[in-house]
Amino acid sequence: MTSPILRDPGNSAFVVELEKFSGPLDLLLHLIREDEVDITDLPIAKIADQFLSVINELGLNQAADYLEMAARLLRIKAQLLLPRRLGDDEWEDPRAELVRRLLEYQQIRELVDWLGHAADVRAERFGRGYEAPPPDAPPAPLQIDLNDLLAAAERVIALIPEPMLHRVVPRPLDVEGATARLNALLAEREQFGWTDVVGRGATIADVLSAFIALLELAKRSSLTLSQPEPFGPMVITRATPREAA
Amino acid sequence: MQPLAKLLEAALFAASRPLTIDELASLDPAAGEPAVRVALAALRSAYSDEHGVELVEIAGGWQFLTRREYAETIERAQFALRPRRLSPAALETLAIIAYRQPVGRIEVDEIRGVDSGAVMDKLVERGLIEVVTRGEGLGRPLLYGTTPSFLEILGLKDLEDLPRLEELSVALRRPTPVDEPE
Repeated sequence: MTSPILRDPGNSAFVVELEKFSGPLDLLLHLIREDEVDITDLPIAKIADQFLSVINELGLNQAADYLEMAARLLRIKAQLLLPRRLGDDEWEDPRAELVRRLLEYQQIRELVDWLGHAADVRAERFGRGYEAPPPDAPPAPLQIDLNDLLAAAERVIALIPEPMLHRVVPRPLDVEGATARLNALLAEREQFGWTDVVGRGATIADVLSAFIALLELAKRSSLTLSQPEPFGPMVITRATPREAA
Repeated sequence: MQPLAKLLEAALFAASRPLTIDELASLDPAAGEPAVRVALAALRSAYSDEHGVELVEIAGGWQFLTRREYAETIERAQFALRPRRLSPAALETLAIIAYRQPVGRIEVDEIRGVDSGAVMDKLVERGLIEVVTRGEGLGRPLLYGTTPSFLEILGLKDLEDLPRLEELSVALRRPTPVDEPE
């Protein structure tokens, strides 16, 4: 990594580009490297002061992760200042945990270089069936117009002859039958529409059965459901064997 | 070239992803896996020098890839574009997951020293990591591992291709106990 710290001759303060650091450990490692100190024998007081001044400069004191590290450094600094008896076997270096984490993180950084290089080398070789990398932007949120919604509801209701919602349907939903019909359709056609499934004279029970069967088959990856546009006609497509696997 | 090698050549040419030995062996049930391996070796050496593409073992399978030296020219003509580079944060997270899998988000956060939730979500979205199991601990946390796509974008045969930790200049060891000051 190139040195992100530029020393301004007129001002002894640090100028650091934030994007260069992926977190407080990265910043700490950078300071340690700058000062060329032994990572296993950290001069905590010095490093803590530098860390604090950098995050103050950058306004990183807003970032919780950096603040937490600053607090940790100050605590270690304070612990090191506490007097202790000579030959105290119980004493544990308060820096030990931080040193362990820094060494671990340093190893991760080394792996990052390795992985980044491997990815760069791989990126220089193209395979067949090249597909342009997908754009970064998330899909636009669904624009729902009340009229669209009502029109869609109308289309569904129109398929049901005389909707009599108050009547108790005497027979339960026939999901199995609908599943069988769908499987038969899938066997002979790769793609078909909702109207092919329910037909014109369908009852509420038929519509519901068909819908549940559709969802169930989609869940089992036997078919895929898609709509070319919001509230457009549903397209049912037979899943390819690879997708079904 | 043997008929089997030609058949494999055709299949590998037609496919847009690496094909595994099993998949290749299924092309000719009479051939069997050892014969497929022999034919692949023959095919690879046939493509070793005289061609602009070569047969590469990658992500647990085999795939024809263009040679590196043509990348720039192909890209300049916009026949194909290199994928976007992964951010350092994404690579850090991938490195931790690759070596510690299955691993939970909290452990990744701890090692990186920063919240990694958003980065991990992105990596899941790109199909480079996936939830592989749930941990035993409190709340049965989701544990993540790398996917074949991870191997593919790095051009690795399998996870064994990653550098061994001992080979790195900083070995992950218990820190040597710091000498007690007098």
